[in-house]
Amino acid sequence: MWIYEKKLQYPVRVSQCNPRLAKYLIEQYGGADGELAAALRYLNQRYTLPDKVKGLLTDIGTEELAHLEMIATMVYKLTKDATPQQLEEAGLGAHYANHDKALFYHNAAGVPWTATYIQAKGDPIADLYEDIAAEEKARATYQWLIDMSDDPDLNDSLKFLREREVVHSQRFREAVEILKDCQGKKKYF
Amino acid sequence: MLMKHDRRVAQAECLRELQELDFVLLELNLYMDTHPYDKQALEQFNCLSKTRRKLVRRYEKCFGPLYNFGLSKNRIPDGWSKGPWPWEI
Repeated sequence: MWIYEKKLQYPVRVSQCNPRLAKYLIEQYGGADGELAAALRYLNQRYTLPDKVKGLLTDIGTEELAHLEMIATMVYKLTKDATPQQLEEAGLGAHYANHDKALFYHNAAGVPWTATYIQAKGDPIADLYEDIAAEEKARATYQWLIDMSDDPDLNDSLKFLREREVVHSQRFREAVEILKDCQGKKKYF
Repeated sequence: MLMKHDRRVAQAECLRELQELDFVLLELNLYMDTHPYDKQALEQFNCLSKTRRKLVRRYEKCFGPLYNFGLSKNRIPDGWSKGPWPWEI
């Protein structure tokens, strides 16, 4: 069960309408290393992982949904006042033809999200190493987005999200160590 | 119109307070997921959780319910289904 909280995890402000930036930000919405992929990956892996890490996967997976909402808010605010011409000039003409200004789960190049981006191996070490890699890839993506953005308000929120990836990666690394310790204590596994 | 603007500013400020508190609570939560026997973290978490309940009550009194499905009381006017929604603030 999930309960909706009528607030963002962190404030999202944008300085001005900027559909070009929105086009790039969509990478973190419906891209391979984006927030949707992260949330669905962890919330699906958790069922069969060892008891010691079920809570962590549940909590980080839930936080990813809050990040997804922040990205959606950024895209919404960056495009809401744009004309169809401005969207076209920003490279969002194909998006507009199909979705108007509605959001959609695709990456910056328009490729729709697919479950093949994520894995659930049933092997705790394999799954957690994928999760650590996912966090590092998302952190790198946030860095490239910050490098391209000249919007100081937007960058403040993007930097917050970049730091969350670092924290998640560190927690997943701890989870790996916890599982290694447990395995070391068992006679067989 | 100005009153509506002032209300939005006050709402964003109150939200900010809640977001700051939630940042600490979330950090402690994830920490305790991998350090479940840290009593100091536990004490801090439970103490801040109490502070949070008070802050939520204050927020909801001014700006309406924060949660659906019965976790918050609903009201008329400015009930659950009324905006602004988080992406509109």
